[in-house]
Amino acid sequence: MSVTFQKRRDRVVAALHGDLDHHGAAPMRLEIDRRVCEDKPAVLRLDFHDVPFMDSSGVGLVMGRFRLLQTYGGRLELCGMSAQIARIMRLSGIEKIATVLSEKGDTDETDTKHETGN
Amino acid sequence: MKPTQSMKLEIESRSVNESFARAAVSAFAAQLDPTLEELSDLRTAVSEAVTNCIVHAYRDSVGKIYITACVYPDGMFSVKIRDKGCGIADVPQAMQPLFTTLGGERAGLGFAVMESFSDKVRVRSVPDKGTAVTLYKRIRGKADA
Repeated sequence: MSVTFQKRRDRVVAALHGDLDHHGAAPMRLEIDRRVCEDKPAVLRLDFHDVPFMDSSGVGLVMGRFRLLQTYGGRLELCGMSAQIARIMRLSGIEKIATVLSEKGDTDETDTKHETGN
Repeated sequence: MKPTQSMKLEIESRSVNESFARAAVSAFAAQLDPTLEELSDLRTAVSEAVTNCIVHAYRDSVGKIYITACVYPDGMFSVKIRDKGCGIADVPQAMQPLFTTLGGERAGLGFAVMESFSDKVRVRSVPDKGTAVTLYKRIRGKADA
């Protein structure tokens, strides 16, 4: 399990790789937090395309990052979730704290619209 | 009803074993010819129960986790995940969604996910003796899909 990062303007995209269980969540969390503390991005996007399995540890990871972003007013986006992952996220009511992007998640068009709309 | 097949597994409560436990149970369930979704549900529920043993039952120590899986003639599949850890004083409270004693990085959703991804969850716990969680899942399989 690992995390790769991409920076697009004021947004950091963190692509998660590997199973997101209690074992996998700990190293991912450390990598994401290090990057967020360095960059303080306006938006942190977590990309689940390469996460073949997730349990409620993934919800814990999202909630923990939400709290970190809240300390300086950052926003959280989630994308690339499989049906299994989406079902667990729905159970937790995650949409109250993060924007869930339905497809692909790298539609810069919608992002631009959203930003100019503000 | 007597099981037609059973499997027993004993592992240590180390987080690296979480993926092994769910893979082993799903490999055993494969004989029922489950759909991908049924297998994925089973893996998710098992992962939650095993994680509970690691982060709660044996919180500051390493102990044994005992897993027994059974296949029943009517297509029912059961997995019992048992520990000899600290036990749960108030089971209904522990099973409430979002209840957690750990805070921070744990969502408090373990039992809610188990209930959502299985047909039935039975929990028996005695403080200082341990906990046994039994997950029941009917496997309809590809033939029925």
